[in-house]
Amino acid sequence: MELGSKPLTSGSFPLGKAAKGYCGCIDRIAPCEDCPGLPAQEIERRLIELGFVEGAEVTILHEGLFGRDPIAVRLNGATVALRRREAMAILTR
Amino acid sequence: MADGTQQSLHRLALVGVPNCGKTALFNALTGSRQKVGNYAGVTVERKVGTLRTPLGRNLEVVDLPGTYSLRARSPDEEVTRDMVLGQRAHESPPDLLLAVADATNMRSALRLVLELKRTGRPMVLVLNMFDIAQHRGIEIDIPALEAGLGIPVIPATAVRKAGMQALWEKLDALAAEGLPQATENNWTPPGALELRAAQRQADRLINAAVRPPAKPHTLTNRVDNVLLHPVAGLVILLTILFVMFQAVFTWATPLMDLISLGFDGLAALVGATLPAGLVQSFLQNGVIAGVGSVIVFLPQILILFLFILLLEDLGYMARAAFLMDRIMGGAGLHGRAFIPLLSSFACAIPGIMAARVIDNRRDRLTTMLVAPLMTCSARIPVYTLIISAFIPHRSVLGVLSLQGLVMFGLYVAGIVSALAVSLAVKMMFWRRAPSPPFMLELPDYKMPRLKSVAIGLYTRGRIFLKRAGTTIFMATVVIWVLATFPGPPPGATEPAITYSFAAMIGNLIHPLLAPLGFNWQISVALVPGMAAREVAVAGLGTVYAISGGGDAQIGHVLASQWSLATALALLAWYIFAPQCISTLAVIRREAGGAKWMWLTFGYMLALAYVAAFVTYQGAVLLGWG
Repeated sequence: MELGSKPLTSGSFPLGKAAKGYCGCIDRIAPCEDCPGLPAQEIERRLIELGFVEGAEVTILHEGLFGRDPIAVRLNGATVALRRREAMAILTR
Repeated sequence: MADGTQQSLHRLALVGVPNCGKTALFNALTGSRQKVGNYAGVTVERKVGTLRTPLGRNLEVVDLPGTYSLRARSPDEEVTRDMVLGQRAHESPPDLLLAVADATNMRSALRLVLELKRTGRPMVLVLNMFDIAQHRGIEIDIPALEAGLGIPVIPATAVRKAGMQALWEKLDALAAEGLPQATENNWTPPGALELRAAQRQADRLINAAVRPPAKPHTLTNRVDNVLLHPVAGLVILLTILFVMFQAVFTWATPLMDLISLGFDGLAALVGATLPAGLVQSFLQNGVIAGVGSVIVFLPQILILFLFILLLEDLGYMARAAFLMDRIMGGAGLHGRAFIPLLSSFACAIPGIMAARVIDNRRDRLTTMLVAPLMTCSARIPVYTLIISAFIPHRSVLGVLSLQGLVMFGLYVAGIVSALAVSLAVKMMFWRRAPSPPFMLELPDYKMPRLKSVAIGLYTRGRIFLKRAGTTIFMATVVIWVLATFPGPPPGATEPAITYSFAAMIGNLIHPLLAPLGFNWQISVALVPGMAAREVAVAGLGTVYAISGGGDAQIGHVLASQWSLATALALLAWYIFAPQCISTLAVIRREAGGAKWMWLTFGYMLALAYVAAFVTYQGAVLLGWG
């Protein structure tokens, strides 16, 4: 059994790159550490507060007109809107 | 009866995540017995009401700003944290927390409840919208939830009288028995690990106590397939906006005419009963004209807020922010700035106040800075006066009226300049700072409830009237004094205002305004026009000594006295000019400093000057001087 700190598996796919209709299971929340914007820690907490926790299933329902951004995802019975930039931190499989 | 180990119940606080129906519950508990103000020292809306239980106990209830966590990332959320922890100065801590959860979507709410439990405060969980959950076939095992959370859980439907029964009984029972003593506060700001653990615990509880329906609810999804469609969604949003403006400008007109008639009648009555003199002039030109010129906008503001409240209750506003995020983001604005900027078309004051929904300070300030550029309804009297006097009544391409096109152009100029200014602000001050995240829940669609919309409208209307009665009244009094004293010397032939302080100021600034094609009369009229834009119309009437004449008569005189270039320059001036003391006062309060007020005043004045200068000189070159 290899639980605990799981390394980034090659199968992890960032939600921010997924197309409309994509459905996946959240593997990890891994905000980019050096990206501009809020500290990675804060992005992680905000994502968890909206319900993005490991194991949850997400489906991309809608996307915006320009740059297909932002996206609206279905997450355990709720709909959440976020930009693709933040969705890059959500790794799914 | 309360004994030594128990506390009696006097004060409750409603806590919950955004969109859980907290406000509907607050309305159901208090009815219209609400007081809306601000928390001391911050511009966070403080909503307190009193409720009367069936057994006749009076309790005070506070509606705290919605939050996902007590971590507090905005001023609103700080208020919630401090109130829950009993750390807010000048506020007694609540005896009981009423945690509110949407029964159809409990995940984040239960995580918040687990966090709130660590504060040790007595708490009851209210499962709101219980009827919708039942209707959708969601089965909730309340005893299991109570056991898992260790607090009482009450199902409720805030929008139905019968749905509140259980909660009323519980409140009466708690008031009679007394509350358990608050235990030790173990709360510390949760990190990602704690939040994750709490969410897992909440999910386990939900798995054990809630059985989802066999057939999932899909209505919201199906509606969203149309309303959030990349193209159709934007078209529908624009259509809604179009209908909204039509309504604001056409439905309100009869009511506004009625209000002006009423104030005119009142002024005439004062004129007839009081002897001519200072008192009569003060009441007529100061109080009645000044306050009347503001109250006349009440119908427009109410109609605008009717739309905003309906769209908000329906769950559409979050979607509008979603659709507009990228478009507004291009200009350095947050998707949520859409609502404040929209409100600013009626009046910048509610617009600037609505900017509170933006939790990032930088985005909030940018929104407040550009909100006054949106064409507010106070500009309309000035625009209509000048357009009808100078722009020929002619049709373009057979169907469009030239006057209407000029009006439309002025609106577009306002929007474009707001976007340009926010882009410039971003480039100048915050070039390196990255834009904050846009993340929000899109709530399920719900039918708006008449009662909650009515309460919302009543509250907005009252706030507006209160402001008209205080700040704006004071401003009009000051301006009246400037325009009245010193009085004309005996045997004076010119209108009285030409001898007043206002005229002195006007003459002083006239050389500065001459390059814009403004004559001394306009310069003088701009002084009383500082109180509110539309007052300049009355100011022009006074300067040109048109007694008792309507706007049509003023327009007639103007058309014979001004060149087209002057008229166009004045229109350009009014797109930008910061001529509204109340807006500036609100910016100062909401932005938390006079610095922002002066910045707004300065940049708008500069833009107004440049725009009017370019317009006038250009028009003169075209031979319209």
